[in-house]
Amino acid sequence: MSNLSEKTVVLRRARLNAATSSLMRFSFKECCFKPVADEPDIEIEGSLVHKDSEEGQILCAEKEVGRKSKTLFSCITTATQTTINPPREVACQTESQPLLVNYSATANQWEIYDFYQEELQKRTSSTKKDEKENEIAEGAEGVHGNLSLLRDFTDKSDHDLAMLSTAAKLLEYAVNENINGDIIADFKHFEDEADEFRGDKGTLLPLWEFQYNKVKSLPVSALCWNKKYNDLFAVGLGSHKFTELECGMLLFYTWRNNNHPEFLFNTDSGVMCVDIHEQKSHLVAVGLFNGNVCVYNLMAKGDQPIYNSMASSGKHSGTVWQVKWWEDDLYGNHTFFSVSADGRVVSWTLGKYELFSTNIIKLPPMDKVPDDLNNVIVTAGLTLDFHKQKPYHFLVGTEAGKIHKGSTHYTRFIKTYEAHFRMVSCVRWNPFNPKVFITCGMDWRVNIWDETTDSPVFTFDLKSSVMDVAWAPYSSTVFAAVTADGKVHVFDLSINRFEALCQQRVVSTKRHLTCIEFNPVHPIIIVGNDRGLVISLKLSPNLRKNPKEEKGKEPSTGAEVEIAKMEKLLILMR
Amino acid sequence: MTTLTEERVCINRDRTERMAETGDGKKEDADYKRLQSFPLIRHTDMPEEMRVETMELCVTACEKFASNNESAAKMIKESMDKKFGSSWHVVIGEGFGFEVTHEVRNLLYMFFGGSLAVCVWKCS
Repeated sequence: MSNLSEKTVVLRRARLNAATSSLMRFSFKECCFKPVADEPDIEIEGSLVHKDSEEGQILCAEKEVGRKSKTLFSCITTATQTTINPPREVACQTESQPLLVNYSATANQWEIYDFYQEELQKRTSSTKKDEKENEIAEGAEGVHGNLSLLRDFTDKSDHDLAMLSTAAKLLEYAVNENINGDIIADFKHFEDEADEFRGDKGTLLPLWEFQYNKVKSLPVSALCWNKKYNDLFAVGLGSHKFTELECGMLLFYTWRNNNHPEFLFNTDSGVMCVDIHEQKSHLVAVGLFNGNVCVYNLMAKGDQPIYNSMASSGKHSGTVWQVKWWEDDLYGNHTFFSVSADGRVVSWTLGKYELFSTNIIKLPPMDKVPDDLNNVIVTAGLTLDFHKQKPYHFLVGTEAGKIHKGSTHYTRFIKTYEAHFRMVSCVRWNPFNPKVFITCGMDWRVNIWDETTDSPVFTFDLKSSVMDVAWAPYSSTVFAAVTADGKVHVFDLSINRFEALCQQRVVSTKRHLTCIEFNPVHPIIIVGNDRGLVISLKLSPNLRKNPKEEKGKEPSTGAEVEIAKMEKLLILMR
Repeated sequence: MTTLTEERVCINRDRTERMAETGDGKKEDADYKRLQSFPLIRHTDMPEEMRVETMELCVTACEKFASNNESAAKMIKESMDKKFGSSWHVVIGEGFGFEVTHEVRNLLYMFFGGSLAVCVWKCS
């Protein structure tokens, strides 16, 4: 095999045999003809070799050998790759066959005529009905609004859902009744027979617990029973501590459903007090932590109050601690009073679109405040109550521990009582006896007063801050108090003047009890704690006893006799 | 039914005694038509918008082709096909009975002009 890197130059001559061999040229030097050397005329580099020459024969031999083994010259590998398409999924679905339905009817002249007559009649009667409906005023206080009958041929899915809510609610009541069957049986029938053996003491039987999931961190700040619907009560939730959440809720529970409130309103600030109007029990007045008062209408749809004092000029600059409904004014507008931390008692009237405020009275300054700072350092009013028989008299409790008796007729207070060493947390008139009221304070005391005297008639020390106290509606001598250590104390003065008939811990030690209310009709109390829990308890028979002389008389007579007896005793003791 | 026959009698009498009674019967006839010429839906399961549109279309067509039910029906059918998809069927008349299979939410049966009944349905 020939070496690749070797270069061989091959010259090829093209010889013109006939012409070149006999060329002669005259050379003048030697003065004769001389033969010319044999030089080629054209020289071209080429690659052809004669077959028979030496080289040609060598190449032929190599060629034959070369055919059998492939040299790099004779073979080239070429490869190529076609593009690969990635796999793709394509799916398709045909449209489903639409639902088909049959319909049949007949079109006759009389059918058409009859139908038109019907329609005309309906139209005339409906215009008459519309006129009547517009005349109906506030009307029925049904829980669910009326659904107007719509003559609608299209599908009624929207209306179905609204009607479903009523049915669902009733069903929920039924289910709850089944779940809480034993509680309801206890509520209605259980009378603790062990009371006979306990002497005078009584117990409280826990019934329902009302806890709404979303309010586990808000303390109960106010409770109020609805006078008209005895199973409905309002719970106000809100905190008066700056460090806690700045929001509040107003819930309405009925014991028929203790898992979910009937009505729920979110407020932007903690609810501090709630009052439901006695006659118009769909009107609810609420006092908030930020000083606003609102009025909600339970019959109206929506989350917003119908009146809000945010826009009023006379609104409070401090937390509203108590609101109370009052009589309607001369024009029949509803009125309520509020007392707040800015030291004023204000009456609010529900006008057509807004609340009108009237300053009733300003609380007198505390003792140690210098005169020029009277308007700056105000005495906070914490609680307010109207007299049951004389509605223009009211009592206000302050943070200085004083109770002021005032009247809507006068601009000054009639009388002041030095009630407690610390804040007064609640003051209430006795529901029967017109002269007696009860107060409780943070100095661990509960005092019962006769409005004519300057010192309390009865004093009880309950070993812990008393947060709330309430008179029983069925007896003038029974009252209950809740303390910060989670206990409920029930007293009956006609039976035992010095001790509670019942001192029962209702919640765990870490929790405070904040409010208590007696149900106006049933022997039940509700207490609220500082974690949004409301517990209802049934009073055992010992706590509901009437004094023996009252067979035919009204309780008020019994109480007056009682108080008179007490007065005599005290005078004796002095 | 009696009122209807009475009115028919009225109308017939009027045609024969035109000079005597100055078009009382005719007035009654016209009154009857005027009072009850508003379009009235007898049965439908269409959604609100579709119903309103279809009703208006039917009224327009019937008023335009008051004497020719076929053209009115043709107009309605073609418009419905264009607007709401293929294969609508329309029947207009004063006395007929029917039983049809229709796609759900695509039927309208209404009265118009006191004596005309229109039935529109979709079925492909």
